[in-house]
Amino acid sequence: MSGAGRSRTGGPDDPHVPRNPAPPPVFLERQSYRRRRLSDAARLLPLLGAALFAVPLLWPVAPDGDPARQMPTSAALFYIFAVWAGLIVVNAVFAWLSRRSGEGGQDPGEG
Amino acid sequence: MGRQVLLIEDEPNITEAIRFLLTRDGWQVATHADGGNAVDVIRAIRPDLVILDVMLPGKSGIDIVRDLREIEQLRALPVLMLTARGQLRDREMAERAGVTRFMTKPFSNAEVLAAVRDLNAQASGG
Amino acid sequence: MATLNLLILVSLAYVALLFIIAFVADRLAVTGRSTWLRTPLVYTLSLSVYCTAWTFYGAVGYAARSGLEYVTIYLGPTLVMVGWWWGLRKLVRIGRSQRVTSIADLISSRYGKSNLLAIGVTVLAVIGVTPYIALQLQSITLSFSIFFRDEGRSYSDTTVVLWVAAGLAVFAILFGTRNLDANERHHGVVTAIALEAVVKLVALLAVGIFVVWGMSGGIAGTMARIDASPIGQWQVDGGRWAAITFLAAAAFVCLPRVFQVMIVENDDERHLRTAAWAFPLYLLLISLFVVPIAAVGLDVLPPGSNPDLFVLTVPLSQGKDGLAMLTFLGGFSSAMSMVIVAAMALSTMVSNQIVMPIWLNARGGGASVSGDVRHIVLLSRRIAIAVIMALGYFYFELSGGGTALASIGLISFAGVAQILPALVGGLFWRGATRAGALAGLSVGFALWTYTMLLPGIGGGVITDALMQNGPFGIGWLRPHALFGIEGMDPTVHAVMWSMSLNATVFCLVSMAGFPGPLERLQGAQFVNVFDHSAGPRGWTGSVAQSEDLMIMSQRIMGAREAVDFFRREAASQGGRGHLPEPTPLFLDRLERELAGSVGAATAHAMIGQIVGGSSVSVEDLLAVANESAQLMEYSSQLEAKSAELSRTARQLRDANAKLTQISLQKDAFLSQISHELRTPMTSIRAFSEILRDTEGLAIEERNRCASIIHDETLRLTRLLNDLLDLSVLENGQVNLNLSRGNLGDVLDRALSTALTGVERPLSVRRRGSAEAVTINTDLDRLAQVFINLIANAQKYCDAERPELTVSVHDLNGKVAVDFIDNGSGIPKEVQAVVFEKFFRISGEKAGGAGLGLAICREIMHRLGGEVAYLGGHSGSAFRVSLLAESEVAAR
Repeated sequence: MSGAGRSRTGGPDDPHVPRNPAPPPVFLERQSYRRRRLSDAARLLPLLGAALFAVPLLWPVAPDGDPARQMPTSAALFYIFAVWAGLIVVNAVFAWLSRRSGEGGQDPGEG
Repeated sequence: MGRQVLLIEDEPNITEAIRFLLTRDGWQVATHADGGNAVDVIRAIRPDLVILDVMLPGKSGIDIVRDLREIEQLRALPVLMLTARGQLRDREMAERAGVTRFMTKPFSNAEVLAAVRDLNAQASGG
Repeated sequence: MATLNLLILVSLAYVALLFIIAFVADRLAVTGRSTWLRTPLVYTLSLSVYCTAWTFYGAVGYAARSGLEYVTIYLGPTLVMVGWWWGLRKLVRIGRSQRVTSIADLISSRYGKSNLLAIGVTVLAVIGVTPYIALQLQSITLSFSIFFRDEGRSYSDTTVVLWVAAGLAVFAILFGTRNLDANERHHGVVTAIALEAVVKLVALLAVGIFVVWGMSGGIAGTMARIDASPIGQWQVDGGRWAAITFLAAAAFVCLPRVFQVMIVENDDERHLRTAAWAFPLYLLLISLFVVPIAAVGLDVLPPGSNPDLFVLTVPLSQGKDGLAMLTFLGGFSSAMSMVIVAAMALSTMVSNQIVMPIWLNARGGGASVSGDVRHIVLLSRRIAIAVIMALGYFYFELSGGGTALASIGLISFAGVAQILPALVGGLFWRGATRAGALAGLSVGFALWTYTMLLPGIGGGVITDALMQNGPFGIGWLRPHALFGIEGMDPTVHAVMWSMSLNATVFCLVSMAGFPGPLERLQGAQFVNVFDHSAGPRGWTGSVAQSEDLMIMSQRIMGAREAVDFFRREAASQGGRGHLPEPTPLFLDRLERELAGSVGAATAHAMIGQIVGGSSVSVEDLLAVANESAQLMEYSSQLEAKSAELSRTARQLRDANAKLTQISLQKDAFLSQISHELRTPMTSIRAFSEILRDTEGLAIEERNRCASIIHDETLRLTRLLNDLLDLSVLENGQVNLNLSRGNLGDVLDRALSTALTGVERPLSVRRRGSAEAVTINTDLDRLAQVFINLIANAQKYCDAERPELTVSVHDLNGKVAVDFIDNGSGIPKEVQAVVFEKFFRISGEKAGGAGLGLAICREIMHRLGGEVAYLGGHSGSAFRVSLLAESEVAAR
């Protein structure tokens, strides 16, 4: 697949080696370092969400009707909506943080 | 004995007229009508004076004079040139080539005689 | 109850409001004052087209039947949105940089603008979505029927559905095909959808709040009621849970209507960042009260009530007509927004991927979006919308609107999800090929049709026997037990097989094949879109390489100009060195500079390639090609002009040379005349002086002198005659004395004249019976020409036994008389000038002034014939040609 052509540059985190006379500073500023770690976290979030939403797969499904081994819907409801809300809040915080740090600078979305 | 004149002219009537004139004046007159071998003829005859037409078959009179002036023994040979083209340019060209005297046709017989005598006097005097 | 009339009134008012809002939003967008429309909020709300009437009404029914499983429909999209960084961000960027108009366009674009693929995706989408539209129509009808039933009035499904479908079609046509925007954005529709999103959310929340706090005494009471209900226990099948979550996630990305609002209608990539949390929040809110409503409905309403209508029937059962009406509006909104956007998206696909290629092909002409094309596009979209709505309507009618429709939601999801492997592969894998995408899509589509669509829609398409025993009794081909794997949930079974085989075939075929050049280019543009494209506006130059730009500019502008320009720019930036920073300002200037040389589109594409500000779309390439064509035309024009110029210059040069030559000729002519006159005059003068001055001339000498003078006088006279003759001929003042005669006679006369009195006449051989031709010309003048030629031969033939051959031929209707002697001829180098005045072969002196041939030429010219020298003979050869029976007008 790489035979089809060559990518001009690497990903956002690749050390950018330009031929310009003025290369970017090697040591990232604190702010941009934060921003990149933030984007790392944003990338991991859906994996975390998928994992948490997969938890119900482990809940017992007992067609025999044994109440002791059953998960009440209210609890399930609570769990699912809590995870859901948690994801939303964390995502919103990420968005807010990245927008704040992205102001006046480069959009983190444009590695 | 009379001096020898070589007349190179391709127009037979003119040749005849000049021969008549000069012979009566006491010259030995040789004639030739072709330009191509004129220089060789001159070399062979070694005349005292050459009367030369410009428009000759084979080689133009101007070229013949140029060739003559290249030859050591013939460098001082007086040449009287006759031309039917009376333009100034022709005269200049003739003088540059080394013609001693230039005469435009039609000329008067007296002029020709005077010129021949004059040239001869110059040659023998100088 | 007067609710029905009120309901209809409110519905109409609501629709009118939507019309007005859509109209106003469109107007604002046109006038450029729509900034408030382009907010992340509107974008987020517009994404709610995902939530259709199926979710509005159906989610509660789903929950009432299967408990919490319904939530998977929302969890999938939530995960997709939360994971926006991985996929949607890229999708939106590609959508913007490639100006994608639909998902079919995106797929086709990625795989080298494959039309076949586009058509495939379009067909799949139409097949997958049409039942879904029918489902929306059904939901509206059902909700209407509730009110009708309450009212006890006669009610016709068909009429309502027909009116609803027609109304929705009108709305979609009005606002979805109003204009033909290059970006396919429809601000009016999007704004209306955002409003509808609010209405449906508010309606559902209102019902939920009423159920929880109005009927169940708060959260704790509700929870207790839920646990006590038939859906009180977790009873979700694990396989279905995972499969449907995945399916919903896939469908969220692939559904044409969601794609339309999320990618195509996207105004600003940054909106996605907000939607990433706001849309999951919307989904959470809309599904929050589903279980409580379901539980309460199951509890309150009589058994056998349709759980799909609990949202409506629960408030009604409590006498909350206002709430029910709000709910109705909510459901109506859900259905309406879905149908409109889906119809719009599908119509775009149909018109762009199917109708236009066919139309352009049929026309065979250029593919420029000019007036008539625009008209065709809009017309085809309008028709497509109408057809799609009609399909939905007929599907509803045929399927009988029964419960079979309820399962359509998931079937539809699974159908469009077949696009996913090609889409994801296209976005992240450069090795993905068109053949792979086509193969995967086909396999997925076939399996989906066989295992899910046909068994699902009922209507006896697939018989029970087939379901039980497989086609032709082949057990391992049973639709719900492929390859003998039994006991799986049919949905999970279908999704698993179709998606996994789809993906596998896609990968295998891709790896086995080799992509074409355009495919590879597009693949690189898609997979590396972040390297190639910049943010929302202008050039950002984040990855721009000044040196690359410099190298490119040097090629275009010339080395020195480029260096000067870059240095100037660097200086104006106040920077050190000779390379400026690739700031947007600089890039804009550079583009302008380059545009002067290569055209705007080319310049943009070139800088885009290097800077990565935008990828090169086919439109760009077309524009470049167009420009190149113009440049080529321009340069060919220049070439033609320069050729013309050099032609003119050559003509001028020729004319000048001719003038110079004529001037020289004139000088030579005068000089010649002078010479020719002076020569006889010299003789005359000399001999007349001799006659005058010489005494005692003998009589014969005197005679001799006189005869010479006489001869020369004759010569002078002849010369003057010739000159006059020539002058008269050249000035065209000659009078031709035309008469009819025999060519042979003329030759006889000429020969006798020319050779009479000659001492040694050459022998003449005459050949050709063609002499007996009649000619109509000036016979005397012709004879003059012949005499001249014969006299010349007589004079100049240098052979020992001079001989002249006179032959007459017929030459294409002309008579040619050749005079060929056996002498040595005329040298090649002077053959061209023998007819010039005063031409004489050197050495020739006697008599002639060199005017004879010049006079011949003039005569023949007057007679309408010509005389020419014939090369290729050993002797001199002249040919006189003239028209037989030539009628020469007296000139």
